[in-house]
Amino acid sequence: MPTFTQDWTYWLFGLLRWSDFPPKADGIATFAASLVVLGALAVVGLVTRSGRWRWLWREWLTSLDHKKIGVMYIVLAFVMLSRAVIEAILMRTQQASAIGQAGVVSADHFAQLFTTHGSIMIFFMAMPFLTGLINYVMPLQIGARDLSFPFLNAVGLWLTAAGAALMMASLVVGKFSTGGWSGYPPYTELGFSPGEGVDYWIWAVSLSSIGSTVTGLNFAVTIYKKRCPGMDLLRMPLFCWTALCTSILMIFAMPALTVATALLALDRYLGFHFFTNGAGGDVMNYANLFWIFGHPEVYILILPAFGVWSEVISTFSGKHLYGYISLVGATMAIAVLSFTVWLHHFFTMGQEANVNAAFGIATMLIGIPTGVKVYDWILTMVRGRIRFIAPMLFAITFLLCFVIGGLSGVMLADPAIDFAVHNTLFLVAHFHNMLIPGTLFGMLAAYMLWFPKAFGFRLDEIWGRIAWALWSAGFLVAFMPLYPLGLMAMMRRTAQTTRAEYAPWLWTAEVGAVLIGLGLAALFVQLWVSVRNRARLAAPLGDPWDGHSLEWATPSPPPEWNFAVPPEVSGRDAFTALKAQGIAYREPERYEAISLPRGTGIPVVIGGAGFVCAFGLTWHIWWAALAGLFAMWGGVVWRSFQTDLERTVEAGEVAATHRHWLSRVHAVTPVGRDAETSADNRGLAEHEA
Amino acid sequence: MNPRNIPPATRDDPARERRHSLLGLVSSALLTGAAFALVLAQPFARPVLLACIAALALVQIGCQLFFFLHIDLRRSHRDDLQLVLFTSLVIVLMVAGSMWILSSQHAMMG
Amino acid sequence: MRFASGTDRHPGLNIHGRDPDAHRAAEPVIFGFWIFLMSDLVLFALLMATYASMSLHGIAGGPTPRQAGDLASAGVETALLLASSFTFSLTSLALKYRDDRRALVGWMALTGLLGLGFLGCEAKDFASLIGKGWAPELSGFLSAHFTLLGTHFLHVACGLAWMAVMFVQIAVRGLDQAVATRIMRLALFWHLLDVVWIGIVTLVFLQGSLS
Ligand code: HEM
Ligand SMILES: [Cu+2]
Repeated sequence: MPTFTQDWTYWLFGLLRWSDFPPKADGIATFAASLVVLGALAVVGLVTRSGRWRWLWREWLTSLDHKKIGVMYIVLAFVMLSRAVIEAILMRTQQASAIGQAGVVSADHFAQLFTTHGSIMIFFMAMPFLTGLINYVMPLQIGARDLSFPFLNAVGLWLTAAGAALMMASLVVGKFSTGGWSGYPPYTELGFSPGEGVDYWIWAVSLSSIGSTVTGLNFAVTIYKKRCPGMDLLRMPLFCWTALCTSILMIFAMPALTVATALLALDRYLGFHFFTNGAGGDVMNYANLFWIFGHPEVYILILPAFGVWSEVISTFSGKHLYGYISLVGATMAIAVLSFTVWLHHFFTMGQEANVNAAFGIATMLIGIPTGVKVYDWILTMVRGRIRFIAPMLFAITFLLCFVIGGLSGVMLADPAIDFAVHNTLFLVAHFHNMLIPGTLFGMLAAYMLWFPKAFGFRLDEIWGRIAWALWSAGFLVAFMPLYPLGLMAMMRRTAQTTRAEYAPWLWTAEVGAVLIGLGLAALFVQLWVSVRNRARLAAPLGDPWDGHSLEWATPSPPPEWNFAVPPEVSGRDAFTALKAQGIAYREPERYEAISLPRGTGIPVVIGGAGFVCAFGLTWHIWWAALAGLFAMWGGVVWRSFQTDLERTVEAGEVAATHRHWLSRVHAVTPVGRDAETSADNRGLAEHEA
Repeated sequence: MNPRNIPPATRDDPARERRHSLLGLVSSALLTGAAFALVLAQPFARPVLLACIAALALVQIGCQLFFFLHIDLRRSHRDDLQLVLFTSLVIVLMVAGSMWILSSQHAMMG
Repeated sequence: MRFASGTDRHPGLNIHGRDPDAHRAAEPVIFGFWIFLMSDLVLFALLMATYASMSLHGIAGGPTPRQAGDLASAGVETALLLASSFTFSLTSLALKYRDDRRALVGWMALTGLLGLGFLGCEAKDFASLIGKGWAPELSGFLSAHFTLLGTHFLHVACGLAWMAVMFVQIAVRGLDQAVATRIMRLALFWHLLDVVWIGIVTLVFLQGSLS
């Protein structure tokens, strides 16, 4: 507890002081803070100058359309990715330059960097990215009009955005935690980490975790209850299966994070003794709780990517997915097993060998279903007509690198080996080896695959390949050196060393990090170039890749109601079947009026209130915390008194929109796969027997 | 639709349902009473008592799920039942695992 | 119509007889809420695991579970909560079978009073512990004790606030479909809090007094 003062500044501003605002202690931090402020001002200025506030508010921020919410999640993910990659390059620069020297940042700043980098990459890059993706794609793939709970969906988005905003605020006001993305006590207890840093971390993570819980629930209900006629569970595209399993993991794993952070907050705010050194606290229980969440979390991150790889590989090999049932089974097995292995994150914490052995064996078991998947993907490509365009190139990098990462994972599952390399850069190499080629490349491939669906034009292929080359090479050059460094006993989270023999490896890794930075830039150039050439790249008819599943059966971008009439499905790869029967673009017999949720600003208000509450708690500004809390619940209650939540689109409008699209489809000659990247590809695929 | 338009076969029976709830109350009260009585009288050794009260609690949870929450083995309830069972599995894994891990750590370091 | 109106489609009482349309609309909403409750159950389970461990290793010279738990007052609390779970099931029956709102409002009000009584008793327990100097700051065990019970306490309090909102909604909107499904969700919430309480009583009070 802060010392209780009668001082009015405490009641008004809590612990905030002038000195918490920029300029910061070092130049780099001041620069970062100005970047945040200037960036925000630039966005505001641009929107104002183009007179787009109304449009932004009505068309996007208050929308309950799952497609727009999905896009907003992904925009958020890209913003946060940029920050976290810059931080990563800075960390690499520090470690390379700080051998026997001070380097470019202080140890304290370095600790903030790995904490924000890790927390952002997990909670505010990967999670929003995959959530956005599932949001956009899954309802289309199961032939639904929206998620089951569109309002809740928007609330999840805005709570996540509030958490991300808190991360950004911490760059400007005060400083962030130095306790790593896992926030282990006792270091994160008040005694060792006084001040706002850990509190920023607690509340940012909590906002994201509430958002993920409600979103996971929403996805699961949607998949259970909103599939179109004929879409049995075992006919769903694999991406939907992975979305379902990820949602189940979110629902059951997030509570563990909530408990861990809540108990830590009780220790810090009210002087409880859950994880303190003395008075009966048990620091090991924090590790236990955190990893009960943490391990399923890494599968939350990877499963949707597995779904993406399944779609990418089968689409660009021009084949049905090999071993569909085994892939579904493997996905479910991984989901269940992921609740049985969490101890492998703390083999070294002092339990008896039998415990370690049991969890080690359980961990190795996960290798089996994962291996099944890799073989299924390879067999999908066998005798396929593979088109090496950017998403498929990413898939190939993934397959090669993921196997290396998986093998190093099986090594780490052996407690004896783990004792030797625990907490070294070997571990850092391992998990980046899974998360970058697996999750991040999966997200990037998905972005390139589904971008034409969302915006009606393809992304530039040349820049796509440049981005792929930079990311793939960058990954290998940046992370392979970390394996030997780990074996040479360089510990993770090290700000400075004296060991000269690390230097060549660290400088190599630095080169890799720079390549990755260029890869990120290439992605933005690709976007810029594609927007400029959007007329030439246009593919509004909706099926640029000769896709298999129902999302390709709609125009690009799809109308707000997705499908003019609910599709009917009689097998897997529903759209391929329709195309084979020649009925993919047939006019339905009749149209019906459709009701859609009206947009509302309440979710934005709830998110804003969440930010105020979290900021108030972080800085002990109690009135703001209370006001935020009440406003959040007030928003919910307010919503519950609203009626007239839907608007109706008349059958005539649906018919006109649909017919317009069909007439364009019939006016265009289909393109074959060899012309896929040419300007002729308007999104109508030639059917190949 | 007016309740009276529904064929009587599918209309539920209020008296039966009220009895159902009452059974929930009575069974829970008896099971709670038994558990408290055991603890007050302590007729057995401690491990036996612990097993008894744990069993009574589990039975009571089952009763309440059945009588108050209407979770049962009927086909139409499969999804919900599956969810309860999966949740139980997850809870058992987490709680049993945690107890094993934490007690082992304390035994090694205590 | 794909489903006969007589089938049950979700946990809790099904109101197909009274209002088939509301019944159909309720299905996904209640299923979703049920999933949320399962997630909440995991949260309680983890707090209980934490409690179980700290009641063994977190005493730190402070009171033991046996000293901290008041069996008599736990008995009263259990009785109150169980009775309230029963009265809520009568509330649901009134929603299903009675066209007048009086019975519904009456039973729900009684449920609320019993819930208030429960909170009062628990608050008295907390106060008396703190009065003896056994505040949560004293030991890991007491931290866990207060947190587990406090989390349940907060849930019940939220249930009461929710009930209050429902009274207003019944008055303002009447028993329309949305209000009916909200009462059905509140029923699940309330019954499940009693289920959680069985676990808490057994672990904290009964097991505690045997330690
Ligand atoms: C894009 C290129 C990336 C680079 C160059 C990079 C670099 C780094 C570096 C240098 C560290 C600190 C290592 C140390 O402790 O010594 C780190 C930590 C970490 N990174 Fe990355 N990273 C990248 C991408 C990612 C991605 C995509 C994720 C997750 C999706 C991720 C998650 C993490 C996590 C969780 C940590 C641990 C933070 C901690 O110690 O608490 N990183 N990364
Ligand atoms: Cu793990």
